Amino acid sequence: MKSKSRSLLLQKIALHAVLTPLAILWLFPLWMMFVFSTMPDHGIFSPEIVLWPSAEFAANFQNLQADTNFVRAMFISIIVAIVYTALSVMLTSMAGWALARYRFAGRSIVVAIILGTITLPFAVVVIPQFIMVAREFKLANTWIALIVPPLFNSLGVLFMRQAFSMMPGELFDAARVEGVREWRIFLHIALPLARPTMAALAIILFLASWNNYLWPLLINSRPNMMTAPVALGTLIGLTKVSWGGIMAGAVLLTAPVLVVFVFLQRHFIAGISAGAVK
Amino acid sequence: MAKIKLENVVKSFGAYQVVHGANLEIDDGEFTVFVGPSGCGKSTLLRMIAGLEDISAGTISIGGKVVNNTEPSDRGIAMVFQSYALYPHMTVRRNLSFGLEMNGNPKDDTARRVALAANILQINELMDRRPAQLSGGQRQRVAIGRAIVREPQVFLFDEPLSNLDAELRVQMRVEISKLHKQLRTTMIYVTHDQTEAMTLADKIVVLRAGHIEQVGAPLDLYDDPANQFVAGFVGSPKMNFLKAEVVEKGPGGAVVALSSDRTVRFAFSLSTEINAGASVTLGIRPEHFILPGEGDADLTVAVEVAEHLGNTSYVHARLSGETVVIEQPESRHRGDGQHLTVGVPARRVFLFDQKGNRLR
Ligand SMILES: Nc1ncnc2c1ncn2[C@@H]1O[C@H](COP(=O)(O)OP(=O)(O)OP(=O)(O)O)[C@@H](O)[C@H]1O
Ligand SMILES: [Mg+2]
Repeated sequence: MKSKSRSLLLQKIALHAVLTPLAILWLFPLWMMFVFSTMPDHGIFSPEIVLWPSAEFAANFQNLQADTNFVRAMFISIIVAIVYTALSVMLTSMAGWALARYRFAGRSIVVAIILGTITLPFAVVVIPQFIMVAREFKLANTWIALIVPPLFNSLGVLFMRQAFSMMPGELFDAARVEGVREWRIFLHIALPLARPTMAALAIILFLASWNNYLWPLLINSRPNMMTAPVALGTLIGLTKVSWGGIMAGAVLLTAPVLVVFVFLQRHFIAGISAGAVK
Repeated sequence: MAKIKLENVVKSFGAYQVVHGANLEIDDGEFTVFVGPSGCGKSTLLRMIAGLEDISAGTISIGGKVVNNTEPSDRGIAMVFQSYALYPHMTVRRNLSFGLEMNGNPKDDTARRVALAANILQINELMDRRPAQLSGGQRQRVAIGRAIVREPQVFLFDEPLSNLDAELRVQMRVEISKLHKQLRTTMIYVTHDQTEAMTLADKIVVLRAGHIEQVGAPLDLYDDPANQFVAGFVGSPKMNFLKAEVVEKGPGGAVVALSSDRTVRFAFSLSTEINAGASVTLGIRPEHFILPGEGDADLTVAVEVAEHLGNTSYVHARLSGETVVIEQPESRHRGDGQHLTVGVPARRVFLFDQKGNRLR
């Protein structure tokens, strides 16, 4: 009895001995980003390495705000990410539902194609997508171009399809026998049961939109529609680069992500491992 | 309440046909049980009646109306599923009222129906719980309650008790029987448990591999099975089947001897022609053996195991390679490894040809 709990303790210690350095390794750049955001520029470039924050964050932020309207960019990023996430969760759940629940000719082909698009790197897609949106549809510098093209997320579709097809079919048969219309079955039974998956997907989509750099950079050139990562990126090209300001912006960009992650990690992990057990 | 009629109903999944032309009539208020081994198409047939599966050919009518293309909800049916299929995120009360609510049924009428069903099934204290907080038996009651609130013309049950333990199964079986007496609604009940079929049914439909083998009242199937499959399926323990041969053939009859013991012979009067030397199968139920000397032939078997149930015993014995089960009401003290002699009354013996068809 006693030796058993001791070996468990040893196991725990060994595990932490491995995981702690890894966690530090991962956290170190984030910490340094935070430290740099609080230093004056000359401090950042001084040869000695300072590991502790100083007090210049507000000044750095003022530099940042002077170079580009970062508050506005953050606001745009948040709105875009929220709208994008809401629309995309809605669309991918509907597509996933159709692919999971309805038998129709060519269903497996559709699924195979969607699965296939996951393997295409974004770099392959982005040029044709840009030509289509900007040149064919003449939608450059519009909100629609910013939000709509990335909406159809094949990973999300497969994610939701998986969640729906794991639900017992008799549940929906029961509702059909009761005369519940299809869209109400979807809305009142399928969606509530898919909530954990939707939460995980929403986090993934929100982060994807939040971190998206290439597409907003390409499709939009108007400063008053810039998302935060793009706004931050423009600072690198200025004649006088304010590194402290950029770091302050990076901290502001990272903070919401960390907050979202910490609060929703339960859902996040539940969604990632959905189907692993049970 | 409604009559149900199936005419040449066929079901195929792609190229694979699973129901081969079913014909069946179910009377108003009748309790009909579909019974058969796993995979024989019971659920498929039931789901076609419910409208959850398309009908590949033939017609199904409910209450005199062909319903082939009618939505499940417009067929006047309610269904109870094997998995209960309760909505997990809703309370019991909401599970009962959800369907009515979604169809715009007036609120006070919904409340009335829910209260009535809760009373019938005695689930009043459970109304605010969720399915996960209920026992298997309670979930089953709620599932039945959800069917009752629809006030259907026909109840469909797909193996509703198979997820319950033995004791609860017997209890719920009695309750379903009571429910039928109370509501007098047409009910179709699917099971692979012949005891459930025998105890519940007004009419049993025996299915095998997508064919209806026989339709009849429980005791008719027991007393007069149409073939070897039905004979073996109805009754517990199962009917004994012993290899035999026709040794003499006369006008309107034949004498048949057991292959394993040719001194055991029975004379049958038959309307079918059968050749001397033909192989046949004799069927006799465990409970139909009698005392030696009192039957038309005596049979001596080697006892292997005796199961004593208290009220009766089942002796598992061998007869040169074949297994025989014999019910022995008074054999409490019989040890293993002995020989046992029993009498066989010829009128209790069934005769089947090699294809399993009944010879009579
Ligand atoms: N959706 C389907 N697609 C293809 N084949 C199916 C489908 N549903 C059922 N089948 C096949 O049809 C046959 C009958 O199935 P069914 O579910 O009706 O059997 P059952 O008598 O209810 O069996 P059980 O007692 O195991 O429930 C089986 O061979 C099954 O494999
Ligand atoms: Mg079944």
